[in-house]
Amino acid sequence: MKRRLILVGTGASVATLGLAAPAFAQDGTSAEAVQATLDNIWVLVAAVLVIFMQAGFALVEAGLTRAKNVANIMMKNLMDFSAGVLAFAVVGFAIAFGSGNSFFGTEGWLLDPNHFTDGYFGTLSLPTFFIFQAAFAATAATIVSGAMAERTKFKSYFIYSFVLTALIYPVVVHWLWGGGWLAELATPMIDFAGSTIVHSVGGWAALMGAIILGPRIGKYAKDGTPRAIPGHSIPFAIIGVFILFIGWFGFNPGSELAADDAVGVIALTTLLSGAAGAVFATLTVWWKTGAPDVAMAGNGALAGLVGITAGTANVSNWGAALIGALAGIIVVYSVFFLDRRRIDDPVGAISVHGVAGAFGTLMVGLLATDGGLFYGGGFDQLLSQLIGVVAVFVFVTITAGLLFLAIKVTVGLRVPPEEEIEGLDVVEHGTPGYGPDVFATAPAAG
Amino acid sequence: MQLVTAVIKPHKVDEVIEAVKATGIQGMTVTEVKGFGRQGGHTETYRGAEYTVDFTPKMKLEIVVDASDVPRITDVIQSTAGAGQIGDGKIWVTTLDTIIRIRTGEQGRDAI
Repeated sequence: MKRRLILVGTGASVATLGLAAPAFAQDGTSAEAVQATLDNIWVLVAAVLVIFMQAGFALVEAGLTRAKNVANIMMKNLMDFSAGVLAFAVVGFAIAFGSGNSFFGTEGWLLDPNHFTDGYFGTLSLPTFFIFQAAFAATAATIVSGAMAERTKFKSYFIYSFVLTALIYPVVVHWLWGGGWLAELATPMIDFAGSTIVHSVGGWAALMGAIILGPRIGKYAKDGTPRAIPGHSIPFAIIGVFILFIGWFGFNPGSELAADDAVGVIALTTLLSGAAGAVFATLTVWWKTGAPDVAMAGNGALAGLVGITAGTANVSNWGAALIGALAGIIVVYSVFFLDRRRIDDPVGAISVHGVAGAFGTLMVGLLATDGGLFYGGGFDQLLSQLIGVVAVFVFVTITAGLLFLAIKVTVGLRVPPEEEIEGLDVVEHGTPGYGPDVFATAPAAG
Repeated sequence: MQLVTAVIKPHKVDEVIEAVKATGIQGMTVTEVKGFGRQGGHTETYRGAEYTVDFTPKMKLEIVVDASDVPRITDVIQSTAGAGQIGDGKIWVTTLDTIIRIRTGEQGRDAI
């Protein structure tokens, strides 16, 4: 998201022409005006693709959990998106992109057009830019629902969604994309589309949520051995992975924030990394367990996509494939590691988004064709990447940890054991996800 | 009037049904069931962790026949359903007191 950095005056290099054109130039014939229109249309389409990722998350999470909780997981996905959009519009967007200090924005509440004037976002209009960013905020929020699946009170998750998108996520965004201290480093951190800024924020919040909740009933045998709790629909999960894969072509190329030549380049690194992640996760789990596990292959594709998100505009095609392959291998070991440590993440969200996100961000320090260690750029970029990864980890684990603990001691975080065994659908939402056929000829109950 | 019940491996079901139909029977009921016999359950893996499946999927065939037809039917089922492996299933025969055809009210052998 280099353009955003320019706007807040970090001195990054000027990208493409048309930068200075107002978003809605009235003389529709100039090249600048046409470029501005193209930019807005492309970024809006990309925003819709990112919103489509919500469907992917919903299906992955539903597929990898049990049928008795499917309505609950769908509801969490719908509500973290909807609550997230509102919270981000009212408060979060100003903290992320409003003028302020190096740590958070202090102006531009309620999408104030007097603060976010024409030109504030380069060629992009306030509506276009906000919709794109709101879709990103909702992505960070929804990552958590899978890790906390099958045992979290709905109202507690609802509260979490508001706070993450209103306060926690926007602060991290401000640090880099809002021109904050990570962008002000002598060698600014590179996280083009948000391996760390978006995915790790969700992943580390998911980590704290899963730890504070504790594992699902039955996840561990009496001797502590992790037991499999198979999800109820592998087709859901893999269709979800495909939808996310498609959505990523909005997530990464859209983050160029312009309709220019870089869009296709970025799309290709995204494609190669996601494919490599799927293949190498499959080979790894096959080698380790004797079976090419389907759900793990899906995690691998997503790990590859998360991994390349930071460096998607800064690494070569084969650098991207390498990042994806390694992310695919790492995600398998991470899932096994967390399982053994009694951190019950039913869908692998912590490994996919937290671990692969941090890994991909660090790899930019090695593989950036301009400034990476392997390209003779020295250690400066790698150090900046490390600072960003560690800072986000510390900030999110502390704030999200405090948030979940506060929810736990006030309204409670976990459903009672009887409800967990019966399933959350009926008790939390009044109806099962897969209801029985109700015979129309039978007299209505009550 | 006898009820022949057979629990067999799912992949044998088409072959068995075809062979049983060829004996001239008038009807049958087939149900997907789960159970275990002497072979017990088995283990499967998911995301690298093993879990035990106690009940193996099977198909249950129920055929109501006249007593004189029972040996022919059971022979056919045994010869087609068997793969010579543990878990091939079982056949049992029970005596029925009453059978009624709902449409006509016919009873006993006439209702088969």
